[in-house]
Amino acid sequence: MTERTASLWQFRQPSVIPGFGLALGVTLSWLILIILIPLSGLAWRSSALGWTTFWELATDQRTINALRISFGTAFLAALVNVVFGVILAWVLVRYRFPGKRIIDAMVDLPFALPTAVAGIALTTLYAPNGWIGSLLTPLGIKVAFTPLGIVFALVFVGLPFVVRTVQPIMEEIDKEVEEAAATLGANRFQTISRVLLPGLAPAVLTGFALAFARGVGEYGSVIFIAGNLPYVSEIAPLLIVIRLEEFNYPAATAIAAVMLVISFAMLLIINTIQAWSRRRYGYGA
Amino acid sequence: MEVRVQNIRKEFGRFPALNDVSLDIRSGELIALLGPSGSGKTTLLRLIAGLESPTEGTVYFGNEDASRKTVQQRNIGFVFQHYALFRHMTVLDNVSFGLTIRPADRRPSKADIRKRALELLDLVQLSGLEKRYPAQLSGGQRQRVALARAMAVEPNVLLLDEPFGALDAQVRKELRRWLREIHDRTGHTTVFVTHDQDEALELADRVVVMSKGQIEQIGTPDEIYDTPNSPFVFGFIGQSNILAVRVENGQLWLEDRSIGVSAPGEADGPAQLYFRPHDIELLDGCGGCIAGIVTVTRRVAGTRHVELDIGAANSTVEIELPPEKVTSDRSRIAFRPTRWKLFRD
Repeated sequence: MTERTASLWQFRQPSVIPGFGLALGVTLSWLILIILIPLSGLAWRSSALGWTTFWELATDQRTINALRISFGTAFLAALVNVVFGVILAWVLVRYRFPGKRIIDAMVDLPFALPTAVAGIALTTLYAPNGWIGSLLTPLGIKVAFTPLGIVFALVFVGLPFVVRTVQPIMEEIDKEVEEAAATLGANRFQTISRVLLPGLAPAVLTGFALAFARGVGEYGSVIFIAGNLPYVSEIAPLLIVIRLEEFNYPAATAIAAVMLVISFAMLLIINTIQAWSRRRYGYGA
Repeated sequence: MEVRVQNIRKEFGRFPALNDVSLDIRSGELIALLGPSGSGKTTLLRLIAGLESPTEGTVYFGNEDASRKTVQQRNIGFVFQHYALFRHMTVLDNVSFGLTIRPADRRPSKADIRKRALELLDLVQLSGLEKRYPAQLSGGQRQRVALARAMAVEPNVLLLDEPFGALDAQVRKELRRWLREIHDRTGHTTVFVTHDQDEALELADRVVVMSKGQIEQIGTPDEIYDTPNSPFVFGFIGQSNILAVRVENGQLWLEDRSIGVSAPGEADGPAQLYFRPHDIELLDGCGGCIAGIVTVTRRVAGTRHVELDIGAANSTVEIELPPEKVTSDRSRIAFRPTRWKLFRD
């Protein structure tokens, strides 16, 4: 009797809330329905192309440029967001000042605002005759209608991801840890660079991954500011739409499949690093 | 190093946390700051560390005025109640931290730092755990890492803020003894804060009893326990009984009876009599005694605690008897305090 009970519990943690089987079942069906079936449709369509056709489509120069621009700008934007997102989160966690709640709420706006609105607003500002664009043009800096503009748009949509992942971890940091560093002789710079930031690394990495993933898939805000010059400022999602409008389904499928593979690989790597550091530092569990 | 605190006052907003506190800490001494929460003991410790700055007053390290120095310049070791270890660093890196961040001209070589850190880990009996992360250690082990980390910088003074406060009773006792050993071996001037009187009395060379932002008494554990100099210390340290008595012609009177205790030189008038439950002698007859009826008896480890109802205005009195002395409820006991102290309002 006891043995049977033991074997029954082998894969489950005894818990006050039972229902492991039900919860896992729901999770799996949901994942299959929402993510796996559409994606396997993609995989199936691209495998129908045959390897040579697929390779030709995928290595088309315009496709490669578009992919490079998509991943490159998303990467840069995520880096920028990590720097400023961490500073912003720090200000929100550590200081009290009038209007703090308003700033805190503003951080989430990019989540809610239709991305097209953001794209149009940014384009208006940064176009050569816009408010900021007209100041930058004499300096020889062009933002709108260049890859730089894409980075700007992606910074906008990615910011909340970094702030919202780093903020709760920052709140957990004990002030005593900083004091401990100070009593050991660390100056402010050393305390930040050697004690605080490394401790935040897992959260920062998560924020980076989310902002990056969001940037790679972003469409709405980018197409307005990018100028969409083939080979120069054309992003992969836009190229997919263009191919679809040309009824060139195989090409669209091929680009999508390449994006899927690269994105999944990168996210998997980032998540692994992150899980490893989390376990090591004893965050969460 | 000798540390002197002179006429320190500290206010948080308008709330005075410390009020004109002066304290001389001798070099190599292990001294405890003992008091209830809100007594200012942690504030005093943080002022010595430089984590707080005084509203008024001066802190001297040796003959040097340390008040104007920052925490970093004071070169102290501080151990926090909740360890405050760097959790992204291994045990070894935690201990080495204070040395590795030194400017290049004062920094030992990498090999020397490692050697020193390993020596310290050996001292705190954590050899072999240097590659672990703090999350993989028990509470007691973490606090020992914190102590090793604090000692790595050869601090002028070692400051411990409720170092065993977060640990369970068994580990606390063990670490207490162990801290004393470490202190005797290394000879660091050490100040520790505690609200646990057993800890203070067992561990410290001298105990500073604090209350409401002031120092009530400074003395060896024996002095503090045997000759408390204020009602607060008497009440805070150990068990005590308080009786409202009257002094008449050098004799103590409890209501209308003499209790057989003479207090030569005391002025006549009402007073509070303080005595400890075990500082008594039992009497057979009552020619001059305190007598009462047993209401409750409890066996606590090696003694029997007996509560007596001594009647009328005075509430109950608790005395300690040897366990073989069996008393039944409602029986009558007569006794007389052998060691006591009078305080007047």
